[in-house]
Amino acid sequence: MRFAITVHGGPYTSQSSHSALNFAKAVLHEGHDLYRVFFYHDGVYNGSEIMAPPQDEIDLYGEWRQLALDHELDLVVCIASALRRGVINPTEAERYEKSAANLGKPFTISGLGQLIDAALSADRLVTFRV
Amino acid sequence: MQSRAPHGSLFGQEGLDAILMGSAFATCAVLMHGDGVYQLIRDQRSSGTSTRDYSVSYGALGDYGVETVFCVQEDLTERRLVVDDLVIPVTVIDRAAVASLLNDYNTILDF
Repeated sequence: MRFAITVHGGPYTSQSSHSALNFAKAVLHEGHDLYRVFFYHDGVYNGSEIMAPPQDEIDLYGEWRQLALDHELDLVVCIASALRRGVINPTEAERYEKSAANLGKPFTISGLGQLIDAALSADRLVTFRV
Repeated sequence: MQSRAPHGSLFGQEGLDAILMGSAFATCAVLMHGDGVYQLIRDQRSSGTSTRDYSVSYGALGDYGVETVFCVQEDLTERRLVVDDLVIPVTVIDRAAVASLLNDYNTILDF
């Protein structure tokens, strides 16, 4: 089956990100396809590579990054959600004349059309709300 | 599906953005339930909360091809609201009918 996931919760504040990550791992472990993970609302913070959690806590950005590299996942943060929350890549940093960028690879920044495309292309869209 | 009151969080506003985008690609309807019905109250004055009064955007849904906005009757009643309090015309359904309504749609975006 082809799944897509959308994550609404910011890392560490709620269980949304952790549950989504575990679900993504389970989807792949069971041999299903994961079409896209779309990060919306505070979920966009999952893509911040400058998170530095304590060593005895899960490194959410690092976990997403590794999972995406292992399985060639499409990790997308919503551009509207990300810009207003200060999650930007170098291109957006230049466009908005900001001094830094924090969206880590392989996360990409794109529009809400990617959420709708995922909803229409996958057999199941699973939302991790707050 | 919109389930949260406006202005206290950004879920309603960003949820509406997703609805508007989705309407460009597919047939969409909106279900306001729980505290989500508060998003439709007319004459909101949000300047004191430094948030945008996006309730007016619900009036544009028709232009985007979103023809039906459903509201759960019990959720209105429990909050002492009637359809005349709302910024747009809605189709009122009983809570018991929500499950079968959702069954009519391929995909649910839940905010």
